[in-house]
Order: sequence, then C-alpha cells, then structure tokens
Amino acid sequence: MASLNIRAALLSVSFLIVALGLWEMATQPPEAQTGMSEYEMLMGGADQESRVPPPSAVIKLAWAELSNPFYDAGANDKGIGIQLAYSVYRVLTGYLAAMAIALPLGFLIGMSPLMYKALNPYIQVLRPISPLAWMPLALFIIQDSDASAIFVIFICSIWPMLLNTAFGVANVRQDWVNVARTHELGPIKTALTVILPAAAPTILTGMRISIGIAWLVIVAAEMLVGGTGIGYYVWNEWNNLDLASVIFSILMIGVVGMLLDLALGKAQKLVEYKE
Amino acid sequence: MSKPFLEVDGLSKVYPDGQGGELTVFEDIRFALEKGEFVCIIGHSGCGKSTILNVLAGLDEASAGNVVMNGKEVKGPGLERGVVFQNYSLLPWKTALNNIVFAVKARWPGWSKEKVREHSERYLKMVGLEHAMNRKPSQLSGGMRQRVSIARAFATQPELLLLDEPFGALDALTRGVIQDELVKIWEETRQTVFMITHDVDEAILLSDRIFLMSNGPNARIAESVKVDIPHPRARATIFQNPAYHKTRDYLVDFLVNRSGSALPEQDGSPKVVEPAKGIAQPEPAAAEPETKSETAARAVNA
Ligand SMILES: Nc1ncnc2c1ncn2[C@@H]1O[C@H](COP(=O)(O)OP(=O)(O)O)[C@@H](O)[C@H]1O
Ligand SMILES: [Mg+2]
Repeated sequence: MASLNIRAALLSVSFLIVALGLWEMATQPPEAQTGMSEYEMLMGGADQESRVPPPSAVIKLAWAELSNPFYDAGANDKGIGIQLAYSVYRVLTGYLAAMAIALPLGFLIGMSPLMYKALNPYIQVLRPISPLAWMPLALFIIQDSDASAIFVIFICSIWPMLLNTAFGVANVRQDWVNVARTHELGPIKTALTVILPAAAPTILTGMRISIGIAWLVIVAAEMLVGGTGIGYYVWNEWNNLDLASVIFSILMIGVVGMLLDLALGKAQKLVEYKE
Repeated sequence: MSKPFLEVDGLSKVYPDGQGGELTVFEDIRFALEKGEFVCIIGHSGCGKSTILNVLAGLDEASAGNVVMNGKEVKGPGLERGVVFQNYSLLPWKTALNNIVFAVKARWPGWSKEKVREHSERYLKMVGLEHAMNRKPSQLSGGMRQRVSIARAFATQPELLLLDEPFGALDALTRGVIQDELVKIWEETRQTVFMITHDVDEAILLSDRIFLMSNGPNARIAESVKVDIPHPRARATIFQNPAYHKTRDYLVDFLVNRSGSALPEQDGSPKVVEPAKGIAQPEPAAAEPETKSETAARAVNA
C-alpha cells in the first residue's frame, strides 16, 4: 500500500499548506493608516504587538529556539529543551513511582478477591478526584513545589495502571494458570512466567493511558507551581504577551506527548500475543 | 496381592442444585489402573468425566473419596501427572518449542540449557513438528497445536498421563493422523494413560480397557471392557480383526440402550466384560450391510 501512504502524505502536506496560508492571511497587519486614532495614540501602537502572530513569525521563532534549545540565561530565560526536560523528568519520576506501586498492588488485587473487595471502595472514591485538587494538600505537606508536581503526576497516573493490572491479572485464562499448577510452579514463578506475560497487554494499555494523562496534567501543574517546566514556560510567555512563543510551546507539548505515546505503543507491540 | 499403581476409591461430586438442594453428579467411583495401561473412559456428555480427570490431576476436589497413586494420596497438581486439555492450553506468547522447554525446565530444574533444548526438540520431532519449532500457537492449526500439547505432556515423562478429549475439536482426518502418532509414541514409551473420549473407534484403537460410565446424575463407572486386540495396533488394519467388531458393537449398545440403567458390581467396582473373549483368531470377515448400531455409533462420534 505504498501508493496509499504517498497519497496520504501528499494530502497531509497540502492540508498544512492551506491551513498555514489561511492563518498567514488572517493575521496580516491592517493597512498602514494615515493617522492614528485617538485610541491607538493612547495605546501607543501596542495593538500591533498583541495580535495573533502569523505562522511565519512562529516558524522563525521555532527555528531560533530549536537551533539552541538548551541555553540557560537565568531563571526566566531558559531554552525550550531545558523546559521540556524539566517536565519530562517530573512526568517520568511520578510515573515510575506510580508504576512501582500500581503493578504489585494491581497483582495483589487481581489475584485476591478478598483484597479486591477490601480496597475497591477506596479506589472508587480516590480515582475521580482531579489530580490538581491534591495540589494544595501536597504543597502543604511536602513543602516543595517540585516534589508536589511530581506527586500530582504520581496520583494521576496510578489509577489506570492499577485498575488495568488488576483486571488483566484477574482475567488470565484459568487454563494457563492450570498449566502452571500442573507443572508445580510456585506462586512467584507463576506470577512471573505465566500471569505477567498473559496480563502484559492489558497492563501496557493502562500504562499508555497513564502516560497520556500524566502529560496532560503536568502542564497544568507547572502553571500552578511555577519556576520551571513547559507549563510554566507557556504561562510565562503569555504574561509576556509573546504569543509566538506560546504557540510554539503548545506545538512542542503536542510533539513530546506524541513521542511518549509512541514509545508506550512500541512497548505494547512487544508484549502483544495472539490467541 | 500388591497395591495397584493408581487406586480411586469412592469418589463423588456434589453441587448445590440452585434450589437449596444437592445434585450428585457422580458417586462411588471406584477403579484401579496398573502401570503401563492405556485406559479410556466413555460416557455421555455431562456425566462427570472431566471432573473425574481433574480430580486425578489434582486441579479439582472431589466431595468424597480419595485417589492414591504409588501409595500416596493425590492432594494437588503435580509433575508426576501430566495433563493434555481439550483446548490445548499452550501459552500463546511462547513458540511451540518454548512451550515444551517451559515444561521440561519445570520438570528438571537442574538440567543445562542445551540438555533441556535437545530433549524438547526430540519430543517435538516425535510429533513431526520440527519444522514449526519457532512458530507461535496462533500460527499453528488446531491439529498442530494439539500435537505440541501432547509432546509437552510426554516430554515431562509423567507417571500418569491424563488426556481430556484431546481430539474432540479436530476434524476426522486430522484426528486420525494424530491418533496414529499417539499410538506410535505410546508404543515407544508405554506411559500409563487415562483418557476421555467420545469416539468409540478411538477408544478401541488406543485402549487396553475401556470404562463405561452411566448417565448422570448419580453417574457410576458401570463396566470395564477389555479390548482383546494385540499391540501394536494400526488404524488402517484394526478393522480386519473380528474382536474389533464385537467390542465396538458392545460399546455402542451400551451407549445407546443401557447407559441410563447400567450399574456396577455390588461392591462398587466396575463389571469386567470381555466382549471378544474366545475369538482371538482372526476369521474371514463377512461383509455385513450397515447395521442400526453402526449408524448410532456415527451419531455418538459426531
Ligand atoms: N459449578 C458447578 N455447579 C453445578 N454443576 C456443575 C458445576 N460444574 C460442573 N457441573 C456439572 O457437573 C457435570 C459434570 O461435568 P463434566 O465433568 O464437565 O462432564 P463431562 O466431561 O462428562 O461432559 C455436568 O453435568 C455439569 O452440569
Ligand atoms: Mg468433558
């Protein structure tokens, strides 16, 4: 289906050109006027500055930013690469911590109906809480904005992993468990060589959902706690009224989110099996 | 008299019937197996054959009675009892070879990697699947999967092999081919085998004895039919033996006419029957028109 791919690529590119063209036209500065109106004189011509920038301006800025993404010129002037790295670091730290708890706990809940019944009410109450609602409590208890952001990531990525692990483990086919039993595998060996591979696709689905949510939440969390990170960067550029930077960083958020999802998608492929 | 290799004593299984009462699926099941025997059990669907086999495997618990193998009571699953399930039960994320390696490693944890692999390959060859070694179960046909599953069970060299309708899901042609393979492997290894089947011809081809089970509820193993046909047997020629027809007619008659009412001996052990007694010498087989019982047999096979 090479021809389909080529046709799709051509179509994609033309959509992009049309969209950028429309955007460029819609954001042309108005014709130079003969004289300033009274309002414009009052605003000192600032109106020019605050309109949505054309794509050419965004691309120019992107080029400049991406050719030196890791410069560091003080607290309020760091390269986009550094800001993204802060965010990715927080997401991964919180995410890995969530994994370290969600996978074993999910196994326990999945294998023991007793634990499932005992823990389910808590999970059902905690799960629908917006992760940002934890922020004040986290800031108060942890007393550290960076760790609080990581905690918020932890709390939002734990649920899909936990529930999917429990579900995957609980629904491993009895036949496969019986194979382990007739071969006298102990509980640990059974968990690792039969239940884990059998439940892995379901677990990975949960992990993929989690990383998506974590990346959504980190932007909001960093807008709240400030200091560093792509969320803070977006908010800061908005305060500076630098809309080209805002648009550029929005695109970068999308690109990094896509890469994270792609990585989990690849991992998912690795553990998939057909019955 | 020395104790038999396997002794099943007074097994029964009771379920709640959903209306506050009890439903006894089978009761007072008694039989013994000798080392090296191939025994099939036939009975109508739902009489409890799989449950009995799972109790022998240690995967299910009986409501009463016990199973003693080699003088030890069977309390749970164990490597000395290998199981082949009707739905193959291969691990789908492992290749055919690795499914066997998995079992061999569990059986002999001390073996080196090479030895495990060599042993596993040998058994895969026995079922003619060396070319499909690295394929996953999803890339194998039903017949090939069941062969892997049989190879896995034989590879661990259990003292007792339990087969639950291993060919039930296969088409007649494939079933025939694998039956031949099973005959071949069994002639080589002389494992003790306990197998469930609903195919009368398959039972005669493979077994030394055939247990006949009456219908449930309160099913019993009513009769133990001796198959007086010498080994080695072959699917293509077994029809020529007159003992084959006698045995077959007897089994079909039981399944069609008597399975509702048949009872074991007073002491609970199955009645020993030898339908082909005294006709060990092959006679020229008279060409008979298809009888009613043969039509019925096909219905049972289907
Ligand atoms: N959990 C259960 N509750 C009630 N009855 C059951 C349950 N499991 C199995 N049975 C009954 O036990 C009987 C024996 O089942 P099974 O051993 O699978 O029979 P077979 O293999 O001979 O077809 C069936 O009639 C079935 O309805
Ligand atoms: Mg059955």
